[in-house]
Amino acid sequence: MKFTLAWMEWTVPTAIFCSTIIAIVIAMTIWQTVSPSLERRGFLPIPTTPGDRLFIGILTSVYIFFAWIGLTQFSPWILLGIVVCWVLVVMIWG
Amino acid sequence: MEKWPNNRAWLLVLPVFVIVAFSAIIPLMTVINYSVQDIFGPNQAIFVGFEWFREMLADKRLHDALWRQFLFSGLVLVIEMPLGILIALAMPKKGWGVSLCLVTIALPLLIPWNTIGTIWIIFTRPDIGLFGAGMNSLLGIPFDHTARPLDAWITVMLMEVWHWTPLVALLAYAGLRAIPEAYYQAARIDGASAWSTFLYIQLPKMRGVLTIAFLLRFMDSFLIYAEPFVLTGGGPGNSTTFLSLYLVKIALLQFDLGPGGAFSLIYFVIVLLFSFIFYQALERIGKGDKV
Repeated sequence: MKFTLAWMEWTVPTAIFCSTIIAIVIAMTIWQTVSPSLERRGFLPIPTTPGDRLFIGILTSVYIFFAWIGLTQFSPWILLGIVVCWVLVVMIWG
Repeated sequence: MEKWPNNRAWLLVLPVFVIVAFSAIIPLMTVINYSVQDIFGPNQAIFVGFEWFREMLADKRLHDALWRQFLFSGLVLVIEMPLGILIALAMPKKGWGVSLCLVTIALPLLIPWNTIGTIWIIFTRPDIGLFGAGMNSLLGIPFDHTARPLDAWITVMLMEVWHWTPLVALLAYAGLRAIPEAYYQAARIDGASAWSTFLYIQLPKMRGVLTIAFLLRFMDSFLIYAEPFVLTGGGPGNSTTFLSLYLVKIALLQFDLGPGGAFSLIYFVIVLLFSFIFYQALERIGKGDKV
């Protein structure tokens, strides 16, 4: 029997999406292993570590995506820009 | 000064991570792939972009199932948490009664989920079931969970409470047993009432186990499938069609893998968000206690 990944039905966009997420998680892991960060307060209502902020940033981005797709007809590329900015804002000032 | 956490310790969870990668992350990536394609069969898929998300987010039946699911999980938490704590408080603290109570209470947890559905079908049948026939013939209250939505809800709730309250009770009991006797002695010296002992000693000390119980009960009840599938099949009508029942209908019965994938991802992030919020809230309450 030959081992294949055909059943996963990969496409180029989803491959880029998944590898970006995995790359971010690996980069965060290396960064926090080399120099661990302390919890701190930003504009979010709870004290967070960079890992918490990344999680909150990505999770809220998914809801922004749902609102964008569900309520508007605008291009997803604008959404991508908004989401990247939002995650950066949460990471830096959150 | 706060101590710097040593994040290298996280590398110790690497073996678990590898297992989770196979059991959860690869399937999740597959679902992401399916959610943007129209799948006709092996190697026959057309890229459709976010079309399925658009369709699923606007689906009225998904909205109905979601509100039904929130109502169900809300009722589960409101009933099971206090009931479980009450049972734990009422259980004996030493002697042979402890083992007897623990085994008796744990029995529903040992039964396979499909079997639980079957047990409750027979138990609540309006013609021959002990509960159903009893309601109809002895008490004269009309009861038929196959025909009346309210009766179906009552039956599913009763089954759920019977099945899972023992878990809350066992966790709460473990938390209670871990409280040192000195706390109770101090409370007696101060002349504390049973209620203040519960409020200021037992409840805060049980916070850890109750957090776990709360999260487990929320997630499990939000993902409930086997028992209502066997008991009501989502009916009568769609009155007990919870999210997972509707998802399985789309993905496996109609074999719409694309919309099913989009639905799964929506479902997944809802569970993720609520678990995160509950966990943070319960952690905050805990930190407040120490100040």
